[in-house]
Amino acid sequence: MLETIWFVLWGVLWAVYFMEQRIDLGVGTLAPFIANNDTDKRLVYNSMGPFWDGNEVWLITAGGVTFAAFPTTYAVMFSALYTPLLLLLFALILRAVALEFRSKETAEGWRKFWDVCHFIGSFVPALLLGVAFANIFQGIPIDGDGIFHGNLLTLLNFYGLLGGVLFVLLFVVHGALWLAAKTEAPLSSKAANAAASIWLAELVVAVIFLVATWFFTGLYNNYLSYPVLWLIPLITVAALLAIRVFIAKEAWWKAWFASSLTIVGATLFGVTGLYPNLFPSSLNPAYSLTVFNSASSPYTLKIMLGVALTFVPIVIVYQTWSYFLFKDKVTTEDLASDEAY
Amino acid sequence: MDVLMLSRLQFAVATMFHFIFVPLTLGLAVLVAIMETLYVRSGDEEYKRMAKFWGKIFLINFAVGVVTGITLEFQFGTNWGVYSKYVGDFFGSLLAIVATTSFFLESTFIAIWFFGWKKLSPKVHALCIWLVAIASTGSAYWILVANSWMQHPVGYVIRGGRAEMVDFWAVISQPFAILTFLHNVFAGYIVAAFFVMGVSAYHLLRKSNVSFFSKSFRLGLIFAVVFTIGEVIVGDFHGKYMAAAQPTKLAAVESVWETGRGVPFSMLVIPDEENERNLVEAIQIPKFMSWLVYGDWNAEIKGLKAWPKEERPPVTLVFWSFRLMVGLGFLFVLLALIGMVRWNKLESSPLYLRVMMYSIPLPYIASELGWIVTEVGRQPWIVNGVMKTSQAVSPIAFSQVATSLVAFIVLYSLLGLAAFVIIIKFARKGPEAAAA
Repeated sequence: MLETIWFVLWGVLWAVYFMEQRIDLGVGTLAPFIANNDTDKRLVYNSMGPFWDGNEVWLITAGGVTFAAFPTTYAVMFSALYTPLLLLLFALILRAVALEFRSKETAEGWRKFWDVCHFIGSFVPALLLGVAFANIFQGIPIDGDGIFHGNLLTLLNFYGLLGGVLFVLLFVVHGALWLAAKTEAPLSSKAANAAASIWLAELVVAVIFLVATWFFTGLYNNYLSYPVLWLIPLITVAALLAIRVFIAKEAWWKAWFASSLTIVGATLFGVTGLYPNLFPSSLNPAYSLTVFNSASSPYTLKIMLGVALTFVPIVIVYQTWSYFLFKDKVTTEDLASDEAY
Repeated sequence: MDVLMLSRLQFAVATMFHFIFVPLTLGLAVLVAIMETLYVRSGDEEYKRMAKFWGKIFLINFAVGVVTGITLEFQFGTNWGVYSKYVGDFFGSLLAIVATTSFFLESTFIAIWFFGWKKLSPKVHALCIWLVAIASTGSAYWILVANSWMQHPVGYVIRGGRAEMVDFWAVISQPFAILTFLHNVFAGYIVAAFFVMGVSAYHLLRKSNVSFFSKSFRLGLIFAVVFTIGEVIVGDFHGKYMAAAQPTKLAAVESVWETGRGVPFSMLVIPDEENERNLVEAIQIPKFMSWLVYGDWNAEIKGLKAWPKEERPPVTLVFWSFRLMVGLGFLFVLLALIGMVRWNKLESSPLYLRVMMYSIPLPYIASELGWIVTEVGRQPWIVNGVMKTSQAVSPIAFSQVATSLVAFIVLYSLLGLAAFVIIIKFARKGPEAAAA
């Protein structure tokens, strides 16, 4: 029971991380295509200014909770995915410092260099996170000792790449809606147009992904056994369709919330299908890491449950406050302030 | 070179680089909070400008600290998988606690503070930076509890092939952890004090913003006096605890080879690790080392030869790191006291100001040396007496680690260089002009 509660918390934390960081990564991936001059670029960066540090901590927490609740999964998952994980971390470092460093010097070469770093640092994690999670859904070639039999190319299979593309599209739509809500015309209208057209691609790839999931993974088994769970994908698809409705009404914040719900729903859809596995083996189901064979001691799980249920709600309260505090659109006037990126 | 050695090197690179940024974050948060409190209480705009100027440098430094911290957390999984499985009960939960209780608080409120000057009342705004200071000090506590558990494991049983937690309170309240925490936090405060004094000295030498940097310098100086002296006291207690918990580390730190009573302290020692002796032992104070460690002139100190060779840490590196760290620690006390003596004529003491300017790197070096003593001195154990470092490494390929190590070095060099250039630029530029 304790293990199952932790599994749910684990899924929720990753979902929140994706929701939060999708803003940054989506915005960063989209930026070079819609921000053409230095002012637009600075508007883009400053729209994320007050949030990126806090968003990054969700990754630390999601990783930390994996380590705390399911240490064997943490160890095997991160050693097996050694190269993609380090690529992901290096990319995230580049993205974060690019944002911090870029506007601190005026030289054009300096700014261009960090713009490129920011794009790479946004696009690569978006893709890799999708590839990694899709591969986990279909199983990873690990043996009974948790040793990975494959390399980076093993992970770049059809279903893995499909997951990667889906993630990138989800991120980009989310980031575009953020910019539409947080900036003024002309930048916001360019972002709005991008959101509308990329949304169509998102829908198409999402449908292909859901069908492919039937053939490549066992995710649907849990849904067939417990039909009430179908609510999760149904709500997710409804949220995805709602995005388009709100875009048509130019209700950017509502569209953005629908997009957040899509992301949380998509993550929970996968995680629910995975249960009780955390890191399934494609070589032999007996080698799979589950919530039961990889959890910490019940004593630790209980203490950590107390910590999580006390502090995570507090975190959500003050982070929500910070979002409300900085909900205003970023304007060219803001760029003149001493604090601006 | 094998996967083990490469993983150790990679961890050393990642940790030592991360720890360039951590101490300044710890100390500067408190200093900026004090500056802003002075502003709120006195209404003196100069203190507000001080908080803004030092706060800007704080944020750049903080950002690099955050991103390099993430790679550290994940390296336990990527490179030290066997260790992570074995001690997940402790290490995993402490990392999760630090993230939920401290990192969120720190990173959310530093952003609110930095961007919220016009959005919040002065009191709420000052509260934000205090939350940052409390959270960063809190994060140091949890991380150091985790590290102290590796130095001196408590509150566990070995069950089902791993270390399971049975007493959480024992883990988080053991004196070893409290002393390690104080030792590190004081080190961070010294780094920040010397940073603020050094940058201020640069401007005072050039007579730019004299009033602004005189105040900054003196604030740093008060901090330096309190915490350099505090560090000597805490370091002494910490050393005595370490001697009890890790006698091999003590023997390496002092390069004692033979077990004996009433052991003398030599001012000048050159260890000769290969021949299990010291090449030079000169200027001796009889029985002083026994007294230093145990407060008893005739206490027994175990020499390195009491343990088989494969259970001893590397002596030369640990010994020199420790000596140099202690020497620097006393130098910091001296520099702070000279400053106090010259309190009223600091601006007209160019030699002292110049020395302080060039002293900025020294507390950084002392901090890194301290960590070398702590971590290398614990070898060959990863968890003292429970698990050896050689058993802890992940089943990963040599080529993977070799590639990632090179990538770490390249990326971190770029990062370090860029951060250095920008911090120097803003430090030299000085504060924004006062509003007319």
